Amino acid sequence: MGRPVTHNNKVKIVESPQGFQGDGFFTTKLSEVVGLARSNSIWPLPFATSCCGIEFMATMAAHYDLARFGSERLGFSPRQCDLIMVMGTIAKKMAPVLKQVYLQMAEPRWVLSVGACASSGGIFDTYSVLQGIDQVIPVDVYVPGCPPRPEAILDGFMRVQDLVKTEHIRRRNSPEYKELLSSYGIE
Amino acid sequence: MEIQKVLEAEFGGDVSAFEMQFDIFTFEADKEINLKILTLLKEEHGFTFLNDLTAVHYPDKAGKELAVVYMLQNIKTSERIRFKVFAPITKPDVYTATALFSTANWLEREAYDFFGVNFKGHPNLIRIMNVDEMDYHPLRKEYPLEDQTRIDKDDEMFGR
Repeated sequence: MGRPVTHNNKVKIVESPQGFQGDGFFTTKLSEVVGLARSNSIWPLPFATSCCGIEFMATMAAHYDLARFGSERLGFSPRQCDLIMVMGTIAKKMAPVLKQVYLQMAEPRWVLSVGACASSGGIFDTYSVLQGIDQVIPVDVYVPGCPPRPEAILDGFMRVQDLVKTEHIRRRNSPEYKELLSSYGIE
Repeated sequence: MEIQKVLEAEFGGDVSAFEMQFDIFTFEADKEINLKILTLLKEEHGFTFLNDLTAVHYPDKAGKELAVVYMLQNIKTSERIRFKVFAPITKPDVYTATALFSTANWLEREAYDFFGVNFKGHPNLIRIMNVDEMDYHPLRKEYPLEDQTRIDKDDEMFGR
């Protein structure tokens, strides 16, 4: 006799993409299936250098629970990760390190810039601080705040998910994307 | 102060401006005798610990723009002593204290990095804090604090 399920019976399941369905088959666009799979299993690489990193720890922990979005597995090797989350002030001396970590990630890769410092240098308008990480790597989503609350980081993460979900499967081979990378001196 | 008499007897007019500042005995000295003073204080008066070594830029003191500040501590008596030597900004040469205090190595690199003091005889006088590509010494007063590459800050909005 099966045990009746009395708890956790409100599991949310992603909607299937648009397509044609019949007896034993389902057709849809490959991009949408791949996007669906990728966006709900993003492996984030935390690049936390200061207070925004503390907010990220709260975001990861039980209360805000980034795992709800399929991202419970933080990777601490760039080679395994899809999304680099840059949280905190990036000094100019750190910029080549950040770029190196970005280069070590495999395509497709996304960048989330969390907080005022990573996005624009923030209050550190000074000779030693990089005035926004978009000077060295291309950024997909910016999260404002100093530091942003975990809700804001989650919202930024969901915007990344939207991007991942709708990205065309051949975008990374397009000349526009190559041009974007070459404007950062990559490849 | 007892140490003042010792210094005056040893170096005469090359040491001056003796003063107690915040319970620390301070004075100024000629930059050519900085190592002699350090040796005397270390070997014969027990100031064996170099608390700090840094530089200050005084743009208005003609010919004495860059000051190098040494602060020493006597571990046994907890006495501290501090002295400055001055160098012109056009030729900021000061003898290195690395042979006397190993800790001076990085501190002098820092002073070189931020103020451009040229420590003669230093074994490895390269930048320690800032990026290697930096082509100026950022804590000299003629350079603005703000990052000059920043383009998103509108002067009107920030009251400049």
